[in-house]
Amino acid sequence: MTTLTDDTLPVTPRAMRDEMIAFVVMALLLASVPFTGVYPFFVMQALCFALLACAFNLLVGYGGLLSFGHAMFLGTAGYCCAHALKVWALPPELGILVGIAAAFVLSIITGYISIRRQGIYFSMITLALSQLLYFIYLQAPFTHGEDGIQGIPQGRMFGVFDLSKPTVLYYVVLVGFLAGFLLIYRIINSPFGEVLKSIRENEQRAISLGYRTDQYKFLAFVLSGTLAGFAGALKVFVAQNASLTDVHWSMSGEVVLMTLVGGLGTIFGPVVGAFAIIAMQQYLAGFGQWVTVIQGSIFVVCVLTFRRGVIGEIAHYFRRSL
Amino acid sequence: MQALYAQLLVGLINGSFYALLSLGLAVIFGMLNIINFAHGALYMMGAFVAYFLLSLGGINYWWALLIAPVIVGIFGMILERTMLQWLTGLDHLYGLLLTFGIALIVQGVFQNYFGSSGLPYAIPDQLKGGMNLGFMFLPIYRGWVVVFSLVVCLATWFLIEKTQLGAYLRAATENPTLVRAFGINVPRMITLTYGLGVGLAALAGVLSAPINQVRPLMGADLIIVVFAVVVIGGMGSIMGSIITGFALGVIEGLTKYFYPEASNTVVFVLMVLVLLVKPTGLTGRAA
Repeated sequence: MTTLTDDTLPVTPRAMRDEMIAFVVMALLLASVPFTGVYPFFVMQALCFALLACAFNLLVGYGGLLSFGHAMFLGTAGYCCAHALKVWALPPELGILVGIAAAFVLSIITGYISIRRQGIYFSMITLALSQLLYFIYLQAPFTHGEDGIQGIPQGRMFGVFDLSKPTVLYYVVLVGFLAGFLLIYRIINSPFGEVLKSIRENEQRAISLGYRTDQYKFLAFVLSGTLAGFAGALKVFVAQNASLTDVHWSMSGEVVLMTLVGGLGTIFGPVVGAFAIIAMQQYLAGFGQWVTVIQGSIFVVCVLTFRRGVIGEIAHYFRRSL
Repeated sequence: MQALYAQLLVGLINGSFYALLSLGLAVIFGMLNIINFAHGALYMMGAFVAYFLLSLGGINYWWALLIAPVIVGIFGMILERTMLQWLTGLDHLYGLLLTFGIALIVQGVFQNYFGSSGLPYAIPDQLKGGMNLGFMFLPIYRGWVVVFSLVVCLATWFLIEKTQLGAYLRAATENPTLVRAFGINVPRMITLTYGLGVGLAALAGVLSAPINQVRPLMGADLIIVVFAVVVIGGMGSIMGSIITGFALGVIEGLTKYFYPEASNTVVFVLMVLVLLVKPTGLTGRAA
């Protein structure tokens, strides 16, 4: 079996330094967005998807588990956060916590079920589970079916930050994204992350070394699902609604596409991929269903010729880890 | 009781489609090691080819039943030759991603030209009307779909399990290198297998055209249910796929009668239960 990525490069101080430099550059670039005249709503949306893609990448790029149902965490956290804000009138920080908690519980349940099967079956099970949730949300009263939850109050974060101001909201979303990103980076480089990579490379050998691989995969699944829920909760404040599109299988497909374009198993790839795909959707919005055709073509081209993704190719060319 | 029998019949019809589609998925997976995400899109193409044959060429249902699977099968073999074959030896997930992309392209193109609404396809004259069976009224076309699907499923089973060609196929699934050493052209067999699996999907599409209308997204949601069917039944056995397909269709039909709210979800719920009780699926082989 060929491996997903070729990060045979060891974690050296130099690699860490490269990644830190790249991180600081990324953070500075993103922090300067409000001063550049770029439409902040677009960047905020992209940041939410970038965090979602990073969480997804933690599972597929480092654990080798391709989830085709990550929209369920995005959508569930979104619905629960929106419900908490609108119906229970909770402050934003508690609303986010409710969303994360919902995704956490959901990922424990779905992880317990789907980790039981390997490889291709795992993908089909996660897809089927997310479709199950889609139909539940379609019929459940609290989601308001096709209409979704709309007109969500943004409120004041910690009673101080007025989230109805675009600039304030932007920095809150940015801080959330960077925190999530750093957490994922930390997980990848922890001893846990190293074991996860070894399971991806050769599960049998990891088992024979005494690791209970199922537990590692389960934990990776829960971490990934919960972080995806964090992205879903943040997205509620940006979009001010929670709707069925966020739980639909096409959303799961988009997350996969973002990560694939940026580079599976790279640290910065999902971020680049998310910005690329969201930008593409923005510019091609007038072309109707041709967007779907273009997305499908990108899938095909990436799989056939460009499996490392943008960041993966760059990292491979410079022999750096990014 | 009338309503119960009617839902049972609907269940059997859906079960026919599940069986035909999961059968194709299993055959393709056996040879190519790929889960064909494009299966739903190719099912839809089968229905559209039948529609075009009738509306543009005046070619009737009976010919469509033969021609549509052949056309879509050839399209599938072109896909296999130009794209899928390059994935040999790569991780499973790339096959899923590639065929997902193909599904998006095919569905997107059809959506652009035909929107999301359905196109009507008339039931052929010979199968119009119905029969009174005493306990229920049976629309002849629906009865035909169930019987014909069953025959096709069993013929496929016979082809794979009982013929010389099927023996080569099963051998190549187990050990392609060894089979090649016997002078059998395995790559060509792989292409034909993909064509066969895809042709079965297209055949299901033609069968469903008069019942479900011809829509660009008719296969998109169906394929996810079929994935759940495949997880429940496992892809190890041909007969297992057929039985699981029909059985789940019937269970779904019964749910529509007794608890309609759950009819969309019952297959997925069953999948969860099966995974909790017997993680390897009903036919038992781990993957």
